[in-house]
Amino acid sequence: MFPRDTGLLVGKVLQGETRTLARVLSMVENGDPLSESIMHDIYDPARRSLTVGVTGPPGAGKSTLTCRLIGYWRGSGRKVGVIAVDPSSPFSGGALLGDRVRMQEHASDPGVFIRSMGSRGHLGGLAGSTRDALELLAAAGYDPVIVETVGVGQAEVEVASLADITLLVLVPGMGDEVQTMKAGIMEIGDIIVLNKADRQGIDQLESSVMASLELLPEGSHRPPVVRCSSLTGDGIEELTGEMDGLLSGILDRDSLVRRRTTLILESILREKGRHMAARVVEARFGSIERAVDLILDGKTTPYGIGVLLSEEHASKAGD
Amino acid sequence: MERRIRVLIGKPGLDGHDRGAKYIARALRDAGMEVVYTGIRQTPDAIASAAVQEDVDFVGLSLLSGAHNHLFPEVARLLREKGGDDIVLFGGGVIPEEDIPGLKEAGFRAIFAPGTSATEVVDFINREMQDRV
Repeated sequence: MFPRDTGLLVGKVLQGETRTLARVLSMVENGDPLSESIMHDIYDPARRSLTVGVTGPPGAGKSTLTCRLIGYWRGSGRKVGVIAVDPSSPFSGGALLGDRVRMQEHASDPGVFIRSMGSRGHLGGLAGSTRDALELLAAAGYDPVIVETVGVGQAEVEVASLADITLLVLVPGMGDEVQTMKAGIMEIGDIIVLNKADRQGIDQLESSVMASLELLPEGSHRPPVVRCSSLTGDGIEELTGEMDGLLSGILDRDSLVRRRTTLILESILREKGRHMAARVVEARFGSIERAVDLILDGKTTPYGIGVLLSEEHASKAGD
Repeated sequence: MERRIRVLIGKPGLDGHDRGAKYIARALRDAGMEVVYTGIRQTPDAIASAAVQEDVDFVGLSLLSGAHNHLFPEVARLLREKGGDDIVLFGGGVIPEEDIPGLKEAGFRAIFAPGTSATEVVDFINREMQDRV
């Protein structure tokens, strides 16, 4: 069936072979033992593929907007990749991935590759393997790649560090203007999209967003604010115009690449650290559950295990 | 390594009755699967392309319009053409008993009649997965 041969798989991904790309995406998502060496061969800091983040609360119209953006870039003949993340159930681990419903018109276009991902317990609005999926799509020749986050609340800002440009999609009726003053999600939009502009409350939304932006310190970047309706298409031209303007202004792509690379390295360090620490605890106590038993029996505390890990690390480093 | 069963639920053809499809999608989600729901009025080509891109293990089709003898085998053919021949197909909806053998011959592993409980579909998927590994 599918050869488990890194070189062969990497070669086919680089040729843009759809079936292999799809299978390798699953391998990466599932943490397949081969996935790290595949990513090692795929990763190329010199690759220039535009990454666009689309984020905002549930039901704001992110998928419908994404569909419009696909159409815009297909119009100029570019191959468009989409990674659409939806939440996984914390109970069953299952997920209903429904973003495709709004992108139907591009479903049989061979120049469009859409992949739905369950967040699988990862917080921050993305899935843990979204960063790798991005690299894979870019390697297969998709440029731009659009990353649509789960419906976010206030603090899920991870997409901004992965994307070259992030669109924050807001809609009328999400609360009073104190909401637009809070830290977090309101700070990450390179462009703020006021969607469903045909709805009541759009003026109020716009004035509270503008008021919040006016409070930004002198000289700091003020994101453009664009009204649109993803459903009718009104305002989309203005939005893509603003986007292209911003992108032509991003001269320092090297710093974007550096930022993304730092993020990838940091999350790999975090994952490895967790695995290594868990292995020490398992070696010492048998299992995490056993360690919890000991804590509840009053033999140690979670912090005591922290101290133990630090000591273990220090003794190894001293060798 | 965390392997999740991935299933695409789609509705080819022109009928817009998706209660059954949504009911199954929801039940599979609650059974711990990742369900890609593609919505109503899909062409066989759109369904097959989506199934390949999403790398699903199963494609479940629902149809109530009576066009299953044409549309179901067409999805099967396009899936094979796109390299998705290892994807397991199943179907449901208003499908007369006498049409089932033909659909099975076209590559469908199971056809579920109206009134099928969600558990039956979940069990079918789990059984098929066991046979695969």
